[in-house]
Amino acid sequence: MSSPNLDVRDVARLARIELTDEEVATFQSQLGKVLEYVEQLKSLDVSAVEPTAHANPIFNVFREDMAKPGLDRQAALANAPHSANNLVVVTKVIE
Amino acid sequence: MSDLTTLSISKLQAGFRQGDFTPVDAVRALEEKITKVDPAIGAYLSRDVQSALAAAEKADISLPLGGVPIGIKDAINVVGEPCTCASKILAGFRSPYDATVIAKLRAAGAIPFGRLNMDEFAMGSSTENSAYQKTRNPWDTSRIPGGSSGGSAASVAACEAFATLGSDTGGSIRQPASLCGVVGLKPSYGRVSRYGLVAFASSLDQIGPIGRSTRDCAAILNAISGKDPHDSTSLDVPSEDFTANLGRDLKGVKLGIPAEYFVDGMDQRVREKVESAIKLCEQLGAELIPVSLPHTQYAVGVYYIIATAEASANLARFDGVRYGHRAKNPRDLLDHYMRTREEGFGSEVKRRIILGTYVLSSGYYDAYYLRAQKVRTLIRQDFAKAFEKVDAIICPTSPDLAFKIGERVDDPLRMYLADIFTIATNLAGICGISVPCGLVEEEGKKLPVGLQFLGKAMDETRLLGIADAFERTGSQQVLTALPNTL
Repeated sequence: MSSPNLDVRDVARLARIELTDEEVATFQSQLGKVLEYVEQLKSLDVSAVEPTAHANPIFNVFREDMAKPGLDRQAALANAPHSANNLVVVTKVIE
Repeated sequence: MSDLTTLSISKLQAGFRQGDFTPVDAVRALEEKITKVDPAIGAYLSRDVQSALAAAEKADISLPLGGVPIGIKDAINVVGEPCTCASKILAGFRSPYDATVIAKLRAAGAIPFGRLNMDEFAMGSSTENSAYQKTRNPWDTSRIPGGSSGGSAASVAACEAFATLGSDTGGSIRQPASLCGVVGLKPSYGRVSRYGLVAFASSLDQIGPIGRSTRDCAAILNAISGKDPHDSTSLDVPSEDFTANLGRDLKGVKLGIPAEYFVDGMDQRVREKVESAIKLCEQLGAELIPVSLPHTQYAVGVYYIIATAEASANLARFDGVRYGHRAKNPRDLLDHYMRTREEGFGSEVKRRIILGTYVLSSGYYDAYYLRAQKVRTLIRQDFAKAFEKVDAIICPTSPDLAFKIGERVDDPLRMYLADIFTIATNLAGICGISVPCGLVEEEGKKLPVGLQFLGKAMDETRLLGIADAFERTGSQQVLTALPNTL
């Protein structure tokens, strides 16, 4: 049974991944099975249970607001697929 | 000179200190071994022999890991070296900085050497999801080494690394260690800084060591653990000597046996080996106590919601702008993103990003993600209750022996169920270790079985003591038979 609510192509668009028709069909069936499997979580009554987001309850970690040395420009740009004039060149955003 | 590559770290260091050989000899011996065996194993994605030799020349052998070469999973940044997470989207990427664990290894005198293969972005249980190459199990090269830290485990088993670093989000250190017949430790969440580890699921990921003994893993944990200002989730706890409990016995140690970890459908031969190992612990003086972890059956479901949700957010950074692959000639920005990620990510990564995006999407968040977080609480409570009665839990690491390459690639759910005994550890944030406990003959080859000990959070010293006490008797058949003469 594939999940009636999962539209792989729509979700892939939200996740910014172009998929081939073949990938859409394969993932639809595979992820349908995974979603069917996780349905078992619905058999538990969790109405009185607090959620755990994190293994250790750490909140609001503060540090002094002091400037520290970071990567220099050359190191920061070294992996950019396209750079010029000490800047990352990006695909045009505004027409 | 005899073959250095089969030595444990402690014996290697003893040799350095007695002047029998030097760190340069150790790097050369490894390089020779890698050249000989790695074409058949495929553990290494790359290595920089010249810089390792240069570091070895300068090594201070008086330091805790002085002159010891350590292999690194390809998800951990080492300055100047490639870091691809075995993904095409990071092809050509070179790390601009050292991960905290690497800086700490260097401070302890160790030499990071070699980039080890893995499932792409640590997503997988067989290392078959690497975009670059297959890694083969040294015990039977037609089989998988486990994953996702498959290169880290296979290289140690094949004696082409003394010890390595891996990362464990749902079993990715312990399961390959089990299938390759070596020792693998997942530290408690917050014990080791994640700064410089490429993030998969941030509330679950931990870096840990793989080695040929518990002692070697303890020595590496000594070096890499501790609070790090660069990782706000690392815990500020007093430093400990994790080797403090090594060499003790199991007398009076209370070991919990969870009925839920001995399930129908697991390989009967694995079950028998683990049950004999438990009997051996009793003979060695341990007290066996039945415990119940009633929500175990939900762990895989919870994991594949939480881990994919976190991954979908973490992997949003791979957008082809600042680093990594960028699609050619995009029509517009949306096309740039969509084709960059289509071309750069492999199937399993896409599958998980889509699942994670779905469970976080409007209208489904409460039904999937919030519910999974609540069941995560129940899983944590199961362990808390069990650890009121016992010092550690003893159970199998993996329900299966190493399976054949290709056997499960088309069935993701079946692949996910391979992690059934390791996943709950990460959800609860506790520590766990896999040590070898026997060999099973299959198609004329011997395949290792792993035994897992689980300890409560931040209880590594005790956990390592227990694993070491078992290992000195119960693991020797495997550890002395490591396939080092491929």
